[in-house]
Formats: sequence, C-alpha cells, structure tokens
Amino acid sequence: MNGLFVSPSPHRATTMSTTKIMLMVIIALLPSAAAGCVFFGANAAIVLAVCISSCVVFEYLSRIIMKREQTISDLSAVVTGLLLGMNLPATTPIYVAIIGSFIAIVIVKQLFGGIGQNFANPAIAARVVLMLSFADSMTSWVVPYWYSDVVDVTTGATPLTASWINYTESGEAYKMAPFTLGEMLWGETGGCIGETCAVALIAGGVFLIVTGIISAATPVAFIGSFALLTFIYTGSAVETVYGVLAGGLLIGAFFMATDYATTPVTTKGKIIFGIGCGLMTFIIRNFGSFPEGVSFAILLMNLLTPYIDKLTLTTPFGAKKPVKAEKTTGKE
Amino acid sequence: MNKLNGIHLAHNKGTKKCETIDFPLPKSVIIPMSQHMGAPCDSLVKKGDEVTVGQKIGDSGAFMSAPIHSSVSGKVSDVTDYLLPNGSVCKAVVIETDGLQTVCPDLRPPVINDRQSLIAAVRDCGLTGLGGAGFPTHVKLNYDPAKTPVDTLVINAAECEPYITSDYRELMENPNDIIEGILLVQKYMGIPMCKVCIENNKPDAIELMKEKTAEISSIDIVTLPSEYPQGAEKVIVYSATGRIVAEGELPSHQGVMVMNVSTVSHIYRYSQDGIPLVKRRITFDGDAVTENKGNYFVPIGTRVSELLSHGKAEDAKKILYGGPMMGMCLYDTEQPVTKTTNAILAFRKGELPKTTACIRCGKCVRTCPFGLMPLMIEKAYNAKDVEELKKLKVMLCMNCGCCSYACPAHRPLAEINQLAKGLIPRK
Ligand code: SF4
Ligand code: SF4
Repeated sequence: MNGLFVSPSPHRATTMSTTKIMLMVIIALLPSAAAGCVFFGANAAIVLAVCISSCVVFEYLSRIIMKREQTISDLSAVVTGLLLGMNLPATTPIYVAIIGSFIAIVIVKQLFGGIGQNFANPAIAARVVLMLSFADSMTSWVVPYWYSDVVDVTTGATPLTASWINYTESGEAYKMAPFTLGEMLWGETGGCIGETCAVALIAGGVFLIVTGIISAATPVAFIGSFALLTFIYTGSAVETVYGVLAGGLLIGAFFMATDYATTPVTTKGKIIFGIGCGLMTFIIRNFGSFPEGVSFAILLMNLLTPYIDKLTLTTPFGAKKPVKAEKTTGKE
Repeated sequence: MNKLNGIHLAHNKGTKKCETIDFPLPKSVIIPMSQHMGAPCDSLVKKGDEVTVGQKIGDSGAFMSAPIHSSVSGKVSDVTDYLLPNGSVCKAVVIETDGLQTVCPDLRPPVINDRQSLIAAVRDCGLTGLGGAGFPTHVKLNYDPAKTPVDTLVINAAECEPYITSDYRELMENPNDIIEGILLVQKYMGIPMCKVCIENNKPDAIELMKEKTAEISSIDIVTLPSEYPQGAEKVIVYSATGRIVAEGELPSHQGVMVMNVSTVSHIYRYSQDGIPLVKRRITFDGDAVTENKGNYFVPIGTRVSELLSHGKAEDAKKILYGGPMMGMCLYDTEQPVTKTTNAILAFRKGELPKTTACIRCGKCVRTCPFGLMPLMIEKAYNAKDVEELKKLKVMLCMNCGCCSYACPAHRPLAEINQLAKGLIPRK
C-alpha cells in the first residue's frame, strides 16, 4: 500500500474560509444596500452594480497581469466594490464609480500584494481620492425618493450639512433637529447609498459580531468615544444621538474600521484604533472644513496600524521579560 | 485565573465503549532501538538469538533513555537499520514469533523501598510517558527535591485529542491500578497531593474515580472542560493548580509533576508482576477502518500493516500515530507500534484545504492557548528575523496546532513555528 499522504500536524482544519468570511460580510451589508436602493432608486442600484463588477474585473485583470494566482473567488473584491458603492452618492457618474474601483483594487489593494497586504482600506482610500478630485459629484446629495419627483432632481441637505438653527416668528433663533429620529433611524435622509439606514447597519454589524466575524471592540470604542466627545462638546444628548446616526459613522465603525488587513490584530490594538477613529471623526466634523470626517479618520488610523500593532503585542503565557544585561562596571 | 484559549473539536470518540482486547499475535515484530526523545539504545541481541517476553534487548548508558524489552518470544531474524519518523536512522530488532509467548524466567517484581529504588524500578521497566509525548518516566521522577520540591502530582487523563479513548479505557478498566500507582509514587516521592484531571466529556470515568477515591484525602479528581488542548502539560498544570510553568521551566520548578494516567497504573502493575513495558493499549479508529475498530493491547513492535489488515483498511490515505491534532503521519505501513503510540488512526482523505493568503483576521492569536501571535511569527520567519522571533517568544509554542486549525486561510502556522524555532540559536 503505497502513496500514503504525509503532512505535518494538525490533520484537521476549520470549515471556515476567507470566502465564507467575505460572504458573511456581504450578507451583513445587503440590508443597508437594499435600503439605499429603495430610498435612492435605480441609480443607486446601478452605482452598486458598476462598483462591484468593475472591482471584480480589475482584480481579475491585476492578478493576470501580475501573473499571480487568481483570487476573485475569495469574494474580497465583491466586498470592496459593495462598500465603495455604498459610500458614494446615488448620483455618482458611472465613470467616477469605475475610477473609484480602479483606485481601490489596482492601486490600493493589488499593488501592495493583494488581500491582507494593503495598508489602507481600499474602499475608503478610493472614496477619499474621489472626494478630493470630484468634489462636485461627490457632494451633491439627493433627497430620498427624488426619482419619483418628475419635475427635477432635487438635491438637499444631509443630516451633517443641514442647519439645526431655526427661527421663531418673532425672529428668535432656536435649535431643532432637521430630521426626525425616525427618519434618521430608517435612513430617509440625504447621504451616500449605503450609509443612511442606521437600523440596517446596526443589524448587519451585530450579525457580524455575533457570528464572530468581527470583534465588538472597534465599533464600541469608535462609536463610544465619538459619542462621549460629542456629548461633552454639545451637552446635548439629542445632538449626540443624531451625530452617531448621521453620515458614515455606523457603516464606518461596523464595516470599515473592522477591516482585517488595515486595522490592528489584538483587542487592545482594536480599542486604540477605535478611539483614534472616534476622536478624529469628532475633530474633523466639528472643526474641519469637511462636514464628514469618518473616511479621513479611518484612513489616518489605517496608516498608524502597523505602529499600534507593534505596541500591542500579546504577552504570551509564562513568557519572561528579557533580563536586562547587567550594567558593565567599567573595568575595561 | 484567566481562561486559556483553545478550540472545540468534534470528539469522534466512537471507540469509547470498546473494551480492550488482545491483538492477535503477529508473525514477526520490529522493535526500533529509539522510540522517544533521548539517546537510542544499543541492541543487546544478534541475529539468531532466542528471546522471551520481557527480555531486555536494548539498553543505553545515557541518562535520557529507557531500556527496551522483547514483546514476544521467538528468534531474532535480523538487526537492521531503521528510518525514524524524524529522519534519523537507528537499529531495529526484528523477531520472528514462536507463538508461545514464553515469559522471561528472570523477571521478578522489583523491591521498592525508597525514592531511589522506585526510580530504578521505573527505569528497569522501560517505562516512558504513554500519553504520546514519551519522556522516559524515570527522568521525570529524577528531579532534585532539594532544589525543586514537588508537592502536587498531576495525573493527565484529559485525553483531549479526538478519537483516542485508550486513557479512558484505562480509567474504566483499571481504576484500582491507577490509584495504587498514584499512592506508590506519592509515598516514595513524598508528594502530598495528587490531582487526577479528566475532561468533562467522560462523566462516567469522573464518577468512577470519585467513588474510588472518596476515602483517600490525598487524591482529588479535577473535572476539566472539554476543550483542546487541555491535556497539554503547561495547560493541565495551570488548570489543575493555577500555577504557570514559565519559559524555560519544567513543571517541577512550580512544584508539580505531570504523569499520564496509563503510565502511573503501569508503574503499579510492574511493581506487582515485574513485567516491563512490552505491550500497550492503543485506539484503532478512523474512517478508513471498516472493521474491528476498538481498543487493543498490542505487542510493541507490531507493524501497523497488521492492524490495517485486521481492520480491512485498504483505502487508507493518511495513517496517524496519535490523534488528528498532534499525531504524526506514517510514511510506510511497515512502521511499528512503539511505546509512545496511543492510537493508530487511518483516514481515507489526506489533503487539507488549500492555503490562501493571510487576511489578518487574528483568529490564530485568539485561539493560541499561550497567546502567541502566529501571523507575526510567520512574517518574521519569512524575513528570517531572529530577533523578532525571540521577541514573539516562538520557543514557547507547543505545536498544539490550534492556530493552524482555526486559520480561515488554512496557513500551516504550527509547522512554520517549528521551522522558526530552528532559526533560533541554542544556548
Ligand atoms: S488565522 Fe490565518 S488568516 Fe487569520 S491572522 Fe492568523 S494567519 Fe492570518
Ligand atoms: S501551535 Fe503554537 S502558536 Fe499555534 S496555537 Fe499551539 S502553541 Fe499557539
């Protein structure tokens, strides 16, 4: 009896795989993507489809050109495309979406060696580049259901750009939230395709935490630190809740700040990362020139990740601290 | 006390209920002169010699070694070169059996009346750890009580590897031998406390041992969670006593001695009948075995091919010495059962899922019982960065395989850790 299979132990392996993990992430993102398609119409669906398909095609071509093993079946390009699309306004021109996909997959991901090797989250890096290069189309926010409005495409304010200041009839200023809490939770507000429906995003995030795909550490630290700072700054619980629900905070905290490749590995590191994101988002939103800071915050923390990783190595069980070399007594 | 990480595996302990039976005597056996860590023995017999059961056929002057005895009666047909699984070559004695199993007339129960005579008896018995790792038992006993006094004897009956039930059968079949063995070791080694550690997937064994030791205040039965790798030495010491065996230490530095449950009962049996370690219980299982799965007393040196034909395991593609997590692959079915073989498992499928790129999911870090960072170790290994490897404490890795098992990219992390250890210069 020849041909025995010889391999080092262990001889068992988990049934989990990269593909399955990516599939879970896609499932978790779907409710929010679907909500975006409902609120922003067929255009939203087209942007998502263009992003996903062009990401997959770019990944496929990059692997061929680089003569590397094909990786599109791990579905990570689908996740990148979906996330990128969800981070664009529904009115994004098709060519802008394709350029975004190119930046995400070719420049940010594949040039650095493919899955697991990239230093920045591809979808976020692409969004930031698009925001800086195509400022107009990236910040024209349509109001939900504009597509049913036969007259004209209406653009409107997002929860982050809308003013809280109202005036009474006698001309006195008072603060009032521009959207109702229900609108904020369901996402019937202006914004990117996949970032507005808070309920769907939270459900997706909780699904990933419960199934063990992501750790709760990052979203809790991110949202928690942002909320705390906002509350201290504004002194208003309402504004704090609106701040958390508005813009890209939830999608960022649950789906982008938890990206494996570009965030720290250990729980300690994840907490530091999350707090850093919360702090940066708070600063940019309140003191920066952009209304939204989530993407910049995560991108910046991505760059710090290798250093956070170095500072948060685990202490192995029973490890001894290296004995410091005794100081030489200066005899020589 | 923090809980150490680990993984939950399918137990697959289908042979649990299989009472141990004697395996049919093979026509010939091949007994390697090196069966565990330590120095190989020199063969004491030559071609043509008649040998009897229990006769010493191999010994060595080295401390880290145990004598080897013939498991059968018959005639030495050859003393050949034998390729060990680790790649080195030693001698092996091939014996044609005569079917009589005549016991060596010189065998007598040893006289044990103090520490030194116990250690000498254990060495004469040729005993090694029967749990799989196979450290010569007398070496373990030979700690210096003045420097590292031991106050707790931990009996390892965790049997955390899937499939294997040989220690479980020992618990069920010979509880009195176990207890007598423990008392013997406690008495002559002067160890006041003993903790018998059993995973909670063996409730009947726990029950039985509790009942048998109810009157004995120096023996505690500890129930461990069924989580791999509870049976690993440092893990079981921690679970049983809360003590941490640190880097570079032996359990005796923490006042603990760990002994496998079948080993300790064998000490007792040897003290009674003087028959050295010539046969052992193994679990024979795996999906390629179509008949006669179970637990067997097998003469040391029995070729695995004998077992396979007994089990009609024709389409076995992967055959293991030991369990699926830490067991070693056979490269040839003519390899024999040795003192440290606690199971022979034959499987139809050998390949593992394809390895893909690391996605930095951190699963390996979260499953490592020792909190090592296999993904970082792999990176440092690829960069041949010895300093970084030292910083990452790769030497602490016990090759338990949890990281490789859990990795969704199916990277061979445990294997890489062993290779990485090789880069670190020994002091
Ligand atoms: S478990 Fe595998 S994929 Fe995940 S971090 Fe470790 S090596 Fe990388
Ligand atoms: S093989 Fe080593 S690194 Fe991997 S889990 Fe076990 S002890 Fe940790």
